[in-house]
Amino acid sequence: MLSDVLQDLLDEGLQLLGEHLVLVVSAIMIAAAIAVPLGIMVASKPRLRSIALGIANVGQTIPSLALFGFLIPIPFIGGIGQHTAIIALVIYALLPILRNTVTGILGVDAAVRDSAVAMGMTRGQILRMVELPLAAPTIVSGLRIATVTTVGTATIAAAIGAGGLGVFIFRGIASVDKLQILAGALPAAALALLADGALGWLEKRWAARS
Amino acid sequence: MPAVEFRAATFKIGNKTILDNLTLAIESGETLVLLGRSGSGKTTALRLINGMNLPTAGEVLVDGKATTAWDLVRLRRSIGYVIQESGLFPHFSVERNIGLVPKLEGWEEPRIAARTAALLESVSLPAKDFAKRMPRELSGGQRQRVGVARALAADPKILLFDEPFGALDPVTRLDLQREFLRLRAELNKTSVFVTHDVREAMELATRIALLHEGRLAFLGTPEDFRASLHPEAHAFLEVLNAE
Repeated sequence: MLSDVLQDLLDEGLQLLGEHLVLVVSAIMIAAAIAVPLGIMVASKPRLRSIALGIANVGQTIPSLALFGFLIPIPFIGGIGQHTAIIALVIYALLPILRNTVTGILGVDAAVRDSAVAMGMTRGQILRMVELPLAAPTIVSGLRIATVTTVGTATIAAAIGAGGLGVFIFRGIASVDKLQILAGALPAAALALLADGALGWLEKRWAARS
Repeated sequence: MPAVEFRAATFKIGNKTILDNLTLAIESGETLVLLGRSGSGKTTALRLINGMNLPTAGEVLVDGKATTAWDLVRLRRSIGYVIQESGLFPHFSVERNIGLVPKLEGWEEPRIAARTAALLESVSLPAKDFAKRMPRELSGGQRQRVGVARALAADPKILLFDEPFGALDPVTRLDLQREFLRLRAELNKTSVFVTHDVREAMELATRIALLHEGRLAFLGTPEDFRASLHPEAHAFLEVLNAE
């Protein structure tokens, strides 16, 4: 029966969607935990800044399927499954977050930073009370870009057995089944739009304050 | 003891000498105007006072103590600073901007609120209309008034002004210059004021220090300045006469 097929698809879909969310959310959280502090650290140091951005750039140029493949044979971090996929997704998400953090911090008006120093604020106070709040919309914008691309890239994670909506897509391609492909692609697209909308809203709200 | 004393203070960036061997004592309560063209070293001289720059040779004493020996955070919190574009924090309301240094200094909230309101009144911005506004909701002149109030917040003995009225239209500028003179009469602070506007210097200064290519070219009252024979002083006086 057709309805049974749909019911099975729906059940499996919900499970895969959950896996997909786990991949994306953990990758973005780890990437942000690395890239935001790193961006703050290197923003004021031109040499370190270009090194860090250079490395992040190279990470992003590796074709995604190849990167998943490269990671499999590496001991400890590699292997088949979710954690390998998350590492690959983190590598991709680093650049937009790092770049936007640096841009946001450097974009703080020189007169504002100058007067913060002149008022006797410490380095930590300037960061916490002036630079981070003013850079926040730009940093969130980096998170948004990273999240949207990660939702898409994570579909490829199915190729190394990490699950997620990509399972439908790969199975659909293998069996020339458009319905399966759509069952993976449509929720992935919807998820990307949702993340884009939510983070875009946050970004606008923060931008309006400053 | 002078409020601020430059002793053969020199500031170099690489091989370029920005300020050369400046010796100058600023007395308590006076308004010393640092006058000069762009690149004459006047802003550098000002920034040597609050340790934003440290002398590469010689020394600058504030309250009898070299800036290199001061804890710079303490030094800066005891000196008010007003700059051209006001440097107000765009994400802070007017009252948070003004109350920032007192807050950093650990004042109680009610005391900060009272101080902020009083300061707003004293720069002719009624607190009830302006305290909650954001900087972007103010005109250029109003922003500079808030900038002055912020500099005064923790009641510093010394105030530094770096071309504070430079970006304002002439009418607003005159307004604020008058306000400056009124406040000076009320508060009796030591002020150091950087400008390239000779008319402004003549209006506001108790003494003028003319800088030319990093050196002190003239030091004296505005009346003496009119009589100065130094070619750079002459150049500025010509501007005054041409107006």
